[in-house]
Amino acid sequence: MEEIKAAILAAVPGAGVEIVLNPSVSAQHSLRLAPERAESVALFLRDDAELALDFLSNATGVDWPDKEITEKVKITRPVQKIVDGVEQTVEETVEETRKRVEPGFLEAVYHLYSIEQKHGPVIVRMRTVNRTDQVELPSLTPVWRSAEFQEREIFDLYGIVFTGHPDLRRLLMWEGFKDHPMRRDYVEPDDFEYEPTAHDEVLARAKAHQSGD
Amino acid sequence: MAVDSELKIELGKQGVFVTTIEELYNWGRRSSVWPMQFGLACCAIEMIATTMARYDLARFGAEVFRPSPRQADLMIISGTVTKKMAPQVVRLYNQMAEPRYVIAMGACAISGGPFKQGYNVLKGIDRYIPVDVHIPGCPPRPEALLQAFITLQKKIDEQPLTGVGRPRHLDAGAQGEFPVPEQGEHDLEPTSNKGVWPLPVVIR
Repeated sequence: MEEIKAAILAAVPGAGVEIVLNPSVSAQHSLRLAPERAESVALFLRDDAELALDFLSNATGVDWPDKEITEKVKITRPVQKIVDGVEQTVEETVEETRKRVEPGFLEAVYHLYSIEQKHGPVIVRMRTVNRTDQVELPSLTPVWRSAEFQEREIFDLYGIVFTGHPDLRRLLMWEGFKDHPMRRDYVEPDDFEYEPTAHDEVLARAKAHQSGD
Repeated sequence: MAVDSELKIELGKQGVFVTTIEELYNWGRRSSVWPMQFGLACCAIEMIATTMARYDLARFGAEVFRPSPRQADLMIISGTVTKKMAPQVVRLYNQMAEPRYVIAMGACAISGGPFKQGYNVLKGIDRYIPVDVHIPGCPPRPEALLQAFITLQKKIDEQPLTGVGRPRHLDAGAQGEFPVPEQGEHDLEPTSNKGVWPLPVVIR
């Protein structure tokens, strides 16, 4: 992985490649590309004689919602206190709980193999700026043709807009459908009016429906 | 006017064949139910197997699968009806000429099946069009489809030609066209046809 990163940085100046470690047992680490230079990096990965990643096996999306992080911070602040009968200003260390919201983003993940060199997968990721209005990523369809339908699917289900895609339309849902069903904050349509054998989550949804009308 | 069965046998022995218009009419209808050549998902594979030599749907007069809804009598909803496909299914049903029947084949077609809680699958085609026979199974065996077919034939046989329960094509007041759902911004609109699918009462 380090070698590939070094090779990319040598070939494409200012590529902005970063290694994303996978802490799980599979240890499938990936390369995070800066969207601005992603297409030239992708061309390098495909055309380099040693890497020759000529086969895009899978492209998928990931939704990372806004994360609220609660952390405890130790801060020192001056406090008015009576010490030995005299009012004094004393430095005191207090533990405080702070909350901050880490903005979410959408991510496209590509799994690349080399048929020629018989190696792989090399996993490549790209991230959008946020989840609402800046959701553009460069399309890799000009580099790997097989990305076409998969990028359309990502566009449909996650709402990532791939710039440079030849035919970016919804793939699975219909034209005019507004939601992106695979996003974590997707709200399913409320059609729980008839649930003869409801249980668990469905039971809760059915009860909510019945109390609603 | 029904013919007494014993009298019928007695007359048959004398070489006289007696029947009623109703019986003859229904015999003709049930013996040549032509299904529409139309498959939606994996259940269609079982449907194809049913028509082939091993199970041989031709024994029941239904070997002619018509590729046009105009010439078909029976719509076998064989598989998952997605919300994207549902308007087309209803439209095809509307294009079929009376008399027409529907078999909802498999868990998906009758209720949404394993995809019931998904965002993209209709929870049963009976929400939009009247279904004559439901077969559960995932997918149902060809025997189950044959059973459904025999059930449908029995149903046709028992239909009176006049009065209550007569077939729709003999009832001028019967609904001919069923509203095609629109694909809305979040879901199909309306989510069901209340005339066809009054909310079933859930007994708890």
